[in-house]
Amino acid sequence: MIRAEHICKTFDGHTVLDDISVDFETGCTNLIIGRSGSGKTVLLKTLVGLHEPDKGSVWYDETNYTQLGFKERKAIRKDIGMIFQGGALLDSSTVEENIKLPLDLFTEQSEEEKLERVNFCLQRVRLENANRLYPAELSGGMIKRVAIARAIVMNPRYLFCDEPNSGLDPQTSIVIDNLIHEITKEYNITTIINTHDMNSVMEIGEKIVYIHEGHKWWEGTNEEILHAENRELNDFVFASAMAKRAKGM
Amino acid sequence: MLKVFELIGRYFMLMGKVFSRPEKASIYRHRIIYEMEAIGIDSIGLTAIISVFIGAVITLQMCINLESPFIPQSLIGYATRETMILEFSSTVVALILSGKVGSAIASEIGTMRITEQIDALEIMGINSASYLILPKIVAAVFFFPLLTILSIGIGIVGGYLISVATGIMIPSNYIDGLLLDFRPYSITYSLIKSAVFAFIITSVSAFFGYYAKGNSLEVGKASTRAVVVGSVVIMIFNLILTQILLI
Repeated sequence: MIRAEHICKTFDGHTVLDDISVDFETGCTNLIIGRSGSGKTVLLKTLVGLHEPDKGSVWYDETNYTQLGFKERKAIRKDIGMIFQGGALLDSSTVEENIKLPLDLFTEQSEEEKLERVNFCLQRVRLENANRLYPAELSGGMIKRVAIARAIVMNPRYLFCDEPNSGLDPQTSIVIDNLIHEITKEYNITTIINTHDMNSVMEIGEKIVYIHEGHKWWEGTNEEILHAENRELNDFVFASAMAKRAKGM
Repeated sequence: MLKVFELIGRYFMLMGKVFSRPEKASIYRHRIIYEMEAIGIDSIGLTAIISVFIGAVITLQMCINLESPFIPQSLIGYATRETMILEFSSTVVALILSGKVGSAIASEIGTMRITEQIDALEIMGINSASYLILPKIVAAVFFFPLLTILSIGIGIVGGYLISVATGIMIPSNYIDGLLLDFRPYSITYSLIKSAVFAFIITSVSAFFGYYAKGNSLEVGKASTRAVVVGSVVIMIFNLILTQILLI
């Protein structure tokens, strides 16, 4: 489980996160939703330690992550997988090299074992035979799938995804969503996904946190979100004309 | 002024991170070899072309300016050799490579920063500064002195070729001048300078790339700043090293 306690974060005097406390459950897909600029990405980056909170703390199970030094954090980071919005694959490395990098640096496995693990992860994201391709040769959906393969190669206990569907067509988005959901269940990972894709919310949102202007505005499940009586949340959820018609607004 | 001190402080903090213990030496070895190709071998062509022309131009200018019955022609070969060894092949080649290598490093690392590739390395538990910057510094510090030797050799050959091609001086006098009063310490001085300049070019440009923010425009600005600051620091250290090593 990951717990955020009273997280506050400001940039140049501008408050981006204000007193956010939330628990993210193990073995389920936790979604952080909100409009662009609401503070979702800052919250996610604060949870993984890329930003330091001005106030508050982040807990990984029983460990206060915020108070850890560089070396102690390094140990936890080996249990973290993260999928970035643009994939963040190393441009100068092939798909295989990208996925193999953490194995090269942090394990004593033989080359055959590492290759076997890489191929397993590629198979898991349905990208067999893409080993020799470079990121520039991949489509948006393929980049996201390689990013997922890289994120799971070290068997992480925590998986973070920053807008995994951005820039993808609806069908590919569903494939990516389902893949993340399957992996979460299969390996009992604590998964946190940042998104504003309502399809993801309805399909895989087991626990949803709605962030509005840096505050936690609402939390619940994908069942509850449709019946929530919260104006800002409803404005977000039923923003499209199609959703408004479906709800009879 | 405060900003300059802040910048210097951040630079040294980054260097502290760069020179912390590497995760796995074998991975770093591979990366150093890769960087030697990217930084060193790919710069051989440019260094050779510039050196041959500069060697030729120095010889021509010396011939024109030292045209006197009281000055032996061999001094032209001597002056070309000394110019190449003492200043051109270390300092000027470093300034030229600061433009080529420095801007490439700053834009590569800057792009990695804004596309979150550096964040991805950090999340994996990798010391991104050490992983990305250390191999570049090691490769450049090792390879730049080799480029300097190459540049000295080619520059001197350039001078000889122009004397043969134009007949502006007797080639044998040029060779006599090359052998006149040769001090091997000049070569040592030149190699020390080129190793220091290699460190400055790679570390300063990596620093500006590593802290790039925003979009591609900012990466461009970081790249420009890296070349300008790198060149100024090279000139300052050129003066300091000359004072320490030659005087």
